[in-house]
Parts: sequence; C-alpha cells; structure tokens
Amino acid sequence: MIDLYRETAIFLQQLVNGITIGATYGLIAIGYTMVYGIIGMINFAHGEIYMIGAFVAVMTYVVMGMLGVQSVPLALLAMLGVGMVVTAAYGWTVERIAYRPLRRSFRLAPLISAIGMSIALQNYVQITQGARVKPLPPVLPGGIHFLEETGFGVKITWLQIFIWTVTVALMIVFTWVVARTALGRQQRACEQDQLMAALVGVNVDRIISLTFVMGAVLAAVAGLIVTLQYGVVDFHIGFLAGVKAFTAAVLGGIGSLPGAMLGGLLIGLIETFWAAYFSGAYKDVATFGILVLVLLFRPTGLLGRPETEKV
Amino acid sequence: MSARLLKHGAPSPVLVTAIREAALTGLLVVVLAVPFLGLKIENAGNGLLLETRWPAAFIAVGLAMGGRVLLVLGREWWHRPAVFDRFPGTVFLSERPLWGLGMAGILLALFLPLLLPNRYAIDTATTLLIYVMLGWGLNIVVGLAGLLDLGYVAFYAVGAYSYALLSLYFDYSFWLCLPLAGLLAALFGILLGFPVLRLRGDYLAIVTLGFGEIIRVVLTNWNTLTHGSQGISGIPRPSFFGLPFGVAVEGGPVTFSAFFGIAHDPLHRVIFLYYLILVLALGTNAFTLRIRRLPIGRAWEALREDETACRALGLDPTTIKLSAFAIGAMFAGLAGSFFAARQGFVSPESFAFLESAIILAIVVLGGMGSQTGVVVAAFVLVVLPEWFRDFVEYRMFLFGAAMVAVMLWRPQGLLSHRAPTLRLSPGPAPPH
Amino acid sequence: MQITDQTPSTPPLLEVEHVSMRFGGLVAINDLSFTATARRITAIIGPNGAGKTTLFNCLTGFYRPGVGRMTLHHPVRGPVRLERLEGFRVAREAGVARTFQNIRLFPRMSVLENLIVAQHHVLMRASVCTIAGLLGLSRYRRAEAHAVGKARHWLERVGLVAHADREAGTLPYGDQRRLEIARALCTDPLLLCLDEPAAGLDPRESQDLNRLLRSLRAEGVTILLIEHDMSVVMEISDKVVVLDHGQKIAVGPPAAIRTNPAVIRAYLGEEEDEPLPPEITGAIGEEGKAHG
Repeated sequence: MIDLYRETAIFLQQLVNGITIGATYGLIAIGYTMVYGIIGMINFAHGEIYMIGAFVAVMTYVVMGMLGVQSVPLALLAMLGVGMVVTAAYGWTVERIAYRPLRRSFRLAPLISAIGMSIALQNYVQITQGARVKPLPPVLPGGIHFLEETGFGVKITWLQIFIWTVTVALMIVFTWVVARTALGRQQRACEQDQLMAALVGVNVDRIISLTFVMGAVLAAVAGLIVTLQYGVVDFHIGFLAGVKAFTAAVLGGIGSLPGAMLGGLLIGLIETFWAAYFSGAYKDVATFGILVLVLLFRPTGLLGRPETEKV
Repeated sequence: MSARLLKHGAPSPVLVTAIREAALTGLLVVVLAVPFLGLKIENAGNGLLLETRWPAAFIAVGLAMGGRVLLVLGREWWHRPAVFDRFPGTVFLSERPLWGLGMAGILLALFLPLLLPNRYAIDTATTLLIYVMLGWGLNIVVGLAGLLDLGYVAFYAVGAYSYALLSLYFDYSFWLCLPLAGLLAALFGILLGFPVLRLRGDYLAIVTLGFGEIIRVVLTNWNTLTHGSQGISGIPRPSFFGLPFGVAVEGGPVTFSAFFGIAHDPLHRVIFLYYLILVLALGTNAFTLRIRRLPIGRAWEALREDETACRALGLDPTTIKLSAFAIGAMFAGLAGSFFAARQGFVSPESFAFLESAIILAIVVLGGMGSQTGVVVAAFVLVVLPEWFRDFVEYRMFLFGAAMVAVMLWRPQGLLSHRAPTLRLSPGPAPPH
Repeated sequence: MQITDQTPSTPPLLEVEHVSMRFGGLVAINDLSFTATARRITAIIGPNGAGKTTLFNCLTGFYRPGVGRMTLHHPVRGPVRLERLEGFRVAREAGVARTFQNIRLFPRMSVLENLIVAQHHVLMRASVCTIAGLLGLSRYRRAEAHAVGKARHWLERVGLVAHADREAGTLPYGDQRRLEIARALCTDPLLLCLDEPAAGLDPRESQDLNRLLRSLRAEGVTILLIEHDMSVVMEISDKVVVLDHGQKIAVGPPAAIRTNPAVIRAYLGEEEDEPLPPEITGAIGEEGKAHG
C-alpha cells in the first residue's frame, strides 16, 4: 500500500517536473516552427537566442539587486521585459545579417550560415561573459506540498505555477495574434506563397523579420524559465536545448504552433520519465532516438499537414 | 521615399538618410552591445557581481553607426568600377596555377621533415594533415554529394575507438586495425545513413548532429567497455611494419633503429607518423580525384545539383547518397584510428560537436568540392591559431563569423574551381 | 501525316485506365483514361490547372495515383505497371523519360556531363560498381567512350555540340530546353514525356523543335507532349487529349479537336453549343499562351 503511494508520488512529481521543462522546449520550439513555416529553413542559431535570453535574465536580476529592488514580481517583470527586448534585437539582427541576403543562394547556404551564426554567438557570449557557470539564488522559493504522508511528497513550487501561467498566457496571446490579427494573416499568407503575398502588398521582409522577433521573444521567456528553475546558466546551454526543441517541433509537426507546444511537453515528459525510470545518462539519446523515429515513420509529426513535393 | 521628397527642401537627402539609418543602427547596437559587451556577470564566491566595460560597448556602437553612414554614402557616391565585373567570383584562380600550387604543396610536404627537423614543426604538420584528411573525407559528403553532415566526428570517433578497443581487448596490431577501423566506420555510416538519407537536407543535418552526440554520450557512459570519460590510455603505437620504435632492449624485439643500424632517436617515430598520415591523406585525395571521374562520382554531383532530375533519369538517390556517406565515413574512420595510434590515448572529449564544426568550416571555407581549398582552409583554421595563441579564445568565434561571411560573399569558398570531369573537345573550355 | 487511334496496325504503348489523383480535398485528376500509340506523338492540352503536369508526375513516378492503372507495353519486358514501380525505377525499367516545365539541369556540371549522368546505369555496370573504373580497366574506358559517343550524337541532333564543355547553367534558355531533351534521350527512352518544350522559344527555335520531334517519331520514339502553343500541337501531334479540371473532355486528331465545342467551352468559357467560327478557334492558341 505504502509502496503504491510512494510510486504514485514519485510519478506525479516527475509529471510536474516534466511539464515544466516541456514548457520551455515548447516555447523554443515555436520559434523553430514559425521560422520553418515561413522560410523553410532550420534556424540553427535559435538555441543561442534562448541562451542569450537566459543570460540577460541573470544580468537583469543582478542589476535589480544592485538597484535595491526587493519586490519579487517587479524583478520577474523586469527580467521578462528586458530579456524579450534584447533577444528580439538579437533575433532580428541574426536574420538581417545571416539569412536575408541568402534567400536566393544555393540550398545549403542559409543552413551553413546559421551554423556559423550559432558557433559565433555561443563563443561571443563565452568571450564576453566567461566560461564559468553563473549561479542564481532561488527567486521564488516555496510551493505547495501534496501527499506528504507517503514520505515522498509531491511538491509544486510557486515558481512552477508561475512558469505554467506565463506559458499558457503566452500561448493564448500567440494563438490570437496568428489567428486574428493582420500580422498573423500576413504571416500565413507568406507561408503559403511569398511572391503572391508580396504582389498583394504584404511587406514580406518585414513579416519574416517579425517572425524571427516573435520566435526570439518566446525563446527569451524559455531562457528566463530555465534560469529560474535550475538557477544556473552557462554559454553552451543553447546547443542541446536547441536540438531538443527542434525535435519537439518535428514531433508536433513542423509548421504547427499547437504542435510545437505539444511536442515540447511530450519531449519534456519523455526525458524526465526516462531519466527517472531508466537512465539519466542516456536521456539525450532518448530524445535523438525519438527525432529519428518521427522523421522516419511520421515526418509530418503529430499535428502537421502533409507536404506535397513540387516538381 | 521620404528622403526623395525632401530633395527640394533639405540640402542633401542622402545625408539625411545616412543620419537616420545610423541612428536606428546605433539604437539597435546599444540594445545588442550593452548587456554582453558593456556588462559582465562576474562570479564572486557563491554570488554574482556585475562588471561594466562601457568603452567596449561605446566602441561597438560607434563602429556600427560609422559603418552604416559609410555604407549609405558609399551606395550613393561610390560606383563599382567596371574592372570588378570583368572578373566574376568563380574564376578566381584558373586550373593551372591551382594545379601548380597542389604540386608545390605535395613536394613541400614530402621534404618537410628534412627542411624542419624539429618535433614541434612535425607534430603541427601531422595535426594539420589529420584535419586535411578529415576535410577531404567530408568534402566527398558535403562538397560532392551536397549532404550536410554535422556529425562527421562520430565516424572519426568510431575509427579511433575501433583501434583502441581492438588493441585493448584482442591485442590486434595497428596495421590490422587500420582497415578494420575504416570498414567499421563505413558500416556505421551505412547503418545511420540507410534510414535517414531519405530525409530532406536540413533534417539530415540535424539527425547527423544528433548521431554525433549519441556516439559521444555512449562513449562517455558505457564505462565497462570504454572506460567512460577517463578514456583509454596506453594504446600501442604503430610499428614500422613490425619493427617497433622504442629503445632496443636485450632479448626484446628488434627495433627500428637496431634493424637499420642507426642510433635511437625519438624523432624517428614522429617522422614516421608524419609520413603515415601524409600517405593516408594523399590516398584520400587520389581516391577522390579518381572517383569524381567515375559514374558514381558524377552521380554524387548530379544529386547535389538536382535530386528530382536524378530520379527522373533513373538514378536511385538513396543508394547514391549512401555510398557517399559510407565512403566519407570510411576516411574519417581511417583518420580516427591514426589519431588513436598517434596520441596513444582516446577519450570522448576529443569528439565533441566542436570538432565536426571545425571540419565543416574547413570544407566550407575552402570551397565545397575543392581539394586544394581544403588544404588552405585547414592551414588557416588549424595552424594559424597555433601561431596566434594569444587569440585562442577568439578562435571559434572567428570560425563561426567566417562561415557566415563566406556564405554571404564567397559562397563557393576561398578557392573554387570546377573543371569538367571529361571533355568533348581537347583544350580548355571557352570562357563564359 | 495524321494518324488516329483507329489505325489498327499500331498498338498502344501506354494505356492509362481510370486514374485518379487527389491532394487532400482537391481532385487533380479524375477517372482519366487514354492511350498513347507507339511511334506517335500524343499531345495533352488543357487550361492551366487541368492536371496535365500532375499526370506526368504520376506517369514518371513522382506521385502515386490513388486509383487506376498505368500500363506501359514494353517490347522486351511485356506490360509494366508504372504505378507499382518505385519512383526512380520508372526511367530504367519502363523506359519513360521526361523533361520538366521549369527546366531541371545540373547547372554547375558541363553540358556533356549532364548527358553522361543520364547514362549512369550503363556506365555503372561497366565500371562494376566503380571497381573496374578505379582500376582504369579497358572495359570501362570503352563504355565511357561509347557513352561520350552517344552524348555527341544527341548534342549534334539538338545543335549543342559546340557548347559541350560549357557549364550547363550558363546556356541561354532555349539551349537549356534542348539540352534537357537531349539528356532525356540519352536514357534511350521508349516514351518521352515533354512538359511544355516550346515554352519560351522563339518561332525559329519552335520550328527546330517540331522538326526534331518529327524525326524522333520517325525513329520510333513515342512522345507524350504537354503544350500550350497550339501551333506546335496542331502541327505535329497525331492525337490530342484535352483535359479540364482533371477530366478528359475530348480526344481525337487535331483537326477534330479544333472544332470540338466542349474544348472551346473549356478554353473560352462560352456557354453556347454550336461550333465557333475558325477565327475564334484559331485564337485558342493565343489564349493558351497568354495563360502559360
């Protein structure tokens, strides 16, 4: 009986943790999926944008401390706001410098440029901020405890509740933007046919730029979340998170916004449960395994539309 | 538009545009540069401190704004002299000097141990040649077949660990392991390639990246087989076709120096290793040059150019890609087993994504498909950083930036020249 | 000159029976049946979006139709079911070669190399999976010389022999079109599918093309032709199949198609049933071109 309780408690705790980490993958994955949807390329540097978001969050936190700001909500708001602005600028600049001039170049050119950008950004942060891990004290300590009588209680921290709230709110806002606003309509038009969109007066360059900015903003939120959740940041967190988020985007069906979030949650859960029940060392192998399996057997992902090849 | 309308009112609309654009650029660069150049998070005990470097941020903003002004003014006032148009980028070097350069390089490589008989120089040259060989191997996959492989280092690792493990557990000699390592790496290439080569180019890139990571994670965690992150040490050094290089011991095997009746010199082994990798690398090159003129080599290039057209002509894209992938992997495996033999030690650390990125950068900067370009790029990326050790931390940043820059301005690479693999008419093709 | 279906002596090379192809909700081809007679030129015409290129993509293995049979009567292998072949096998095992509406050459390879790649299988066999080629055996060298000979032959036929060593991507548009046809011919096709070969050609080039296609027919190549240029269609085709909205609306010799009311309706959107005067039917070609 006790064992059953214990198992349940452990399971629920993993579920809570998995959803939290899954939310960050989902938020990053939206950036991949939107960019892929509109210009059909994998933005390899997107993981670095997320890493930059995490660094800016730490920086803002330290600045708030130096300014003597005691209010936690104010600090969180500042971290969110500053992070979004800076990553938006980085996202925009990366597109402008490394991708836009290559739209008519040969097939591999934007991809190679993106890899170069990713390497450059990673090392730019290493050079300017040093290679040491930056620790951050808990900003939102405490939480709600359940099932304590088992001895292995389930804990949902305030932080996790904050993370879920922010993620859900952002999802609602983004779904609304894409479905209801002129920007979203123009984005969808560009996805279908850029030339035609341009002919009917859509500024395609601007829409593509804004797509990168939107992706970057969400990556900043993911960066903030990871910073708060794990309390450590270093310059190479972008690489693995980027690959996993891309896997999430593919799993959910590349091009689909809800798919990206669903894929993110699934990857987060799979990774957490794999680490809990099988082997922590091989959890990244599990993610890559999923990526290969999805690409082989269901390349359109869970919610994606089939893509017909134009000959 | 607004700048045009101002034409009558303002004295110089170009200047107005320049100032406006410079202001916008400045604003953008302030946002970009303040957090990373201007501020630095410093670890202080358990906590963090913020350091400021305002001059750096200030300089960045100033440079960006100045650059923008120059760009706008340049666009207006400086017209590209016609002389530039007469030399389009692709005909940077004609075939003949490139061939001469290659021959000179090979001669230099052959006599290097005589010209520079010191350990450091030969060691550096050996490292360079490992990267040249890897570059040539990856060039088959990326440059000829047009498949972006981001996990090439995985095959290098397979080769290195093949030799390390086979010698550790079965006492196989280097000369037996070398071909085995190549075969095993090719086998891994086929195993990975078979399911994933149907994928679109960019999916392939990310799956190969994942494969590279999987290999590294497995090598790190499979402690019982690979000794995990500590790596495998004491890997036997290659012998001179059976003659070991050590100091002769009474009752021990006949050594290289004893056999040839010369004094023992540790440099012998270094020089031998140098020639070994030189032979392996030149073999790779000769193979590539030859296979480019064969149907399979042409099919690789055709596939890079247009996969749809290939299918319509009855070429099977999967098999053709698989052959390129496996052959590329084989050369990485050979290079890997040489690497293990030379170091006498392997650990998963040597096979991180960074290595794949360096090899890819060599191929991309050199000019995809260009054999000479690979050598030049390997020299720039591997040897120059040795000379400028003070800048070592900027090395990867510059690699990344260079990859972007090359794609923007010389997507065909530093040296690129593609001569047809067979001609109908004798003599050079007419210029276009 | 014009030979119709009814000629009993020439059996069909290609039989398309009840083929349908849909993309999601869109029906691109609906229950289409027709035959292409051996050694004849069959033209497929119809307004844009009628499903012509989709049909080609089905025949050459790029799409798999949901319903229907496509049988090619191979003189050696007997009937070959095209829809059952893996895409890339269609060219080799059924002898179906094609060109593309938006030319697909290997632009950074030379003109000659483009034609040599088309003979991949012969050369691959001669090089014994590359090994004989690596060793430079005479057997491979002979095969290569033969392949170059065939390439030269087709280059001469399309008038590109002087440009053999140029990069294919640097040729002018009309030359690229002809090179693509020559490349398809290097696979020794039984059935040659040409997707708008005359698009973008000037009148003189268009006449050269007509001459080439006629001589190919005389040499025994069966040709399936998608074309908007009615002067080409009317002048050289033996049979015309008219598609509209994925359905076959008419079939017959060019002269009959010219006056077919259903065809005129499809092109001009007219409601009347009686045949239009020739001045208007003559304009069909112009109309088609304007849409193309």
